[in-house]
Amino acid sequence: MDLMIESLPRLLNATKLTIELTLLSLFFGIFVGVFFAILRTGKNKFFYYIAYYYSYIFRGTPLLVQIFIIYFGLGQVEWIRESFLWIVLKEPYSCAILAFTLNTGAYSSEIFRSAFETINKGVLEAAKGLGLNKVHTFFKIKLPIAIRQSLPAYGNEMILMLKGTSLASTVTLLDLTGVAKYIISTTFRPVEVFIVAGGIYLIMTFIIHNFIKYLEKRFSYPQ
Amino acid sequence: MGLLAYGDTGWGDELFFATLMTIAVAAAAMFIGFFLAAIFATLKLSKFKALNLIGSFYTTVFRGVPELLVIYLFFFGGSGAVMYVAKIFGYDGYIEINAFITGAVSIGVISGAYSTEVFRGAIQSIDKGQFEASEVLGFKKKIYYYKIIIPQMLRLALPNINNVWQITLKDTSLISVTGLVEIMRMSYIAAGSTRDPLFFYSFAAVLYLFLTFVSMQLFNKLEKHYSKGY
Repeated sequence: MDLMIESLPRLLNATKLTIELTLLSLFFGIFVGVFFAILRTGKNKFFYYIAYYYSYIFRGTPLLVQIFIIYFGLGQVEWIRESFLWIVLKEPYSCAILAFTLNTGAYSSEIFRSAFETINKGVLEAAKGLGLNKVHTFFKIKLPIAIRQSLPAYGNEMILMLKGTSLASTVTLLDLTGVAKYIISTTFRPVEVFIVAGGIYLIMTFIIHNFIKYLEKRFSYPQ
Repeated sequence: MGLLAYGDTGWGDELFFATLMTIAVAAAAMFIGFFLAAIFATLKLSKFKALNLIGSFYTTVFRGVPELLVIYLFFFGGSGAVMYVAKIFGYDGYIEINAFITGAVSIGVISGAYSTEVFRGAIQSIDKGQFEASEVLGFKKKIYYYKIIIPQMLRLALPNINNVWQITLKDTSLISVTGLVEIMRMSYIAAGSTRDPLFFYSFAAVLYLFLTFVSMQLFNKLEKHYSKGY
């Protein structure tokens, strides 16, 4: 019990990094996801296949491999070390965010793609009939419908990403899991630390879950 | 390509056996997961509120907490727990649990939480008439579950079992932190000794892609087989 109280402030402090990593990756990931979803639904076969294989590769391999390739692997290539990319790739922090962004981007692109595909054709015809141009149709009609459509699945993805940020601890970052591991390996009291750190994760999961539920209600259209 | 030579000069054989290890851990974890899922899905579907709560507690905790944290719990706490139990039975020595068991159990517990939801969903989606008809025909509960409900349930659950398998397969990469020599750990060793992490981690990615691809094909075949007649 003492250890639980003692470790709580340190774990809460590390939670900040976990939240930061989650929010930044999700933020960038949305853009990546929408971008590749548009490529997937477009008519150009070449871009379609690029988007297809991007999502296939990132969803078919473990996140750990992706982080290791980006953090340990890319630094070994000479021209990368001499280019501007090195500013991003030399820090474990930015490497982790890059890996998480690409990972969540792949999953979200699938979610958004299926959301775009389920949009009723009549709606698009109506937009055309009303004389809206392509840009307007996309931002005013397609995107809002797709966002509403993808909320439940995207909520799951947010929770998966929150859990995924724990892998930042494998590239020396001290996020919630990283600090928990440090305390466990110095005190050899895994159960107490697991309860506190796990509890913090569960609270965050709970918040995301309810946030999505609220949004779903907010954006549901009258049937 | 010399790096991948089979034998003493390259890492081909080491990576081959590491891949077998990944498959073995994933299969063991999946098996443990099914066992747990059968128990906890039953609890979740039971009439008693207290049992429902236990089932929900299990699935919420192990689907909401990062896999890595669960692995650390079992890795650092596993042998302590076993020794504690052994002490009750009068054994006082040191017991070490090997990395394979730690890995299979920790991933199995996570995999089981996902499988529980799959089983529960599949049983609930079976028409009530099937239960009623079985009862009217005078089947015992045990028999109609094995002969009527579970076969139908498996067909419905198969696509989701496929998903759980893919998750489990990818989660095994995290066991590398405990030192079990599966694909990730072997790539880490090879990358360290050859100073070529890009090559070995990319190759690890290819191995995982291969495993997910092959298992996807197998599941598609199974799904076709079990949906005959529908």
